[in-house]
Amino acid sequence: MHELSIAAAILDRVAAEAARYAGARFTKVGVRVGELSGVDPDALSFGFEALTRESPWERLALEIEYCRRKQRCRQCQQTFQSANYETQCPKCGAENTILVAGEELDIAFIETEDE
Amino acid sequence: MTRLLVEQKVLNENQRIAAELRGRFRQNNVFCLNLVSSPGSGKTSLLERTLAAFPDNTHVAVLTGDIQTENDARRLARFGFPVRQITTGGTCHLDARMVEKHLADWNLGDLDMLLIENVGNLVCPSSYDLGEHAKVVLLSVTEGEDKPLKYPSIFVKSELMVLNKLDLLPYVPFSVEQARENARRVHPGIEIIELSCMTGDGLDRWLDWLRLNRTRNFAMSSA
Repeated sequence: MHELSIAAAILDRVAAEAARYAGARFTKVGVRVGELSGVDPDALSFGFEALTRESPWERLALEIEYCRRKQRCRQCQQTFQSANYETQCPKCGAENTILVAGEELDIAFIETEDE
Repeated sequence: MTRLLVEQKVLNENQRIAAELRGRFRQNNVFCLNLVSSPGSGKTSLLERTLAAFPDNTHVAVLTGDIQTENDARRLARFGFPVRQITTGGTCHLDARMVEKHLADWNLGDLDMLLIENVGNLVCPSSYDLGEHAKVVLLSVTEGEDKPLKYPSIFVKSELMVLNKLDLLPYVPFSVEQARENARRVHPGIEIIELSCMTGDGLDRWLDWLRLNRTRNFAMSSA
């Protein structure tokens, strides 16, 4: 359960962006959470709500894009979603595949209200 | 509505400090490992066995993390090498800043190896880079062979899985083969060493792994 500190890190970044865009009203922050990031999206939303309630960020929404694990085959270059931890290439059967997505823990964007 | 692209890691600040630490380790030829497992899998026991096996002139130091108590540091200090406890006071993982802070007055130039024992937890430590060269995940035979499937993140990010408490195999329904298969299913390239910190069985394989990877790392950083 470290989602509260993750939520706090997101809000730190939002505050830093707010300082750069003085006067802008932020309405939403968009983050990407990978399946392998070790972060649970529901717990993150819960932590985010707890931190923003009755704060200057009360009206800031959190949008989470959950990113599934993806592998790329080193033989045939096929990229595929790894269901049920299966890492073997579904196209050519090769076992030599590398992780290309699923570890995300990124702040993608912030939306602002236009004046 | 306007969308500002931020495109940053949430743990940007941790990443920055971890990269700085990694640079310092490389510069000083310090091989650094981050040991992660559930509480009670045997991280401290493995470190005890490891330190006991090192000659006195080994330049090794240990940072050991817990939520409360200095018990682990006391256990590990008996071997005469520098040991420091990080008590997180509630936080369920170590982060790069804690490591940086607790290294502060140690001269990295005097060290060859730094072993970091993370807080017992299979989830949160996987999100925090400490600047280590490799993560090592421990699993013990009393925990169930499906741990890699339940907590894939840490098994994906670890170079090595140490399977501990082999001496208890006769008493618990645990399939070593299944555990190996599950670990390889989530991380095909993971290395696996089976041992018992109680009997010392298999410990030489772990010590060989340490030696080999320390040398390999040294060769890479001086290349």
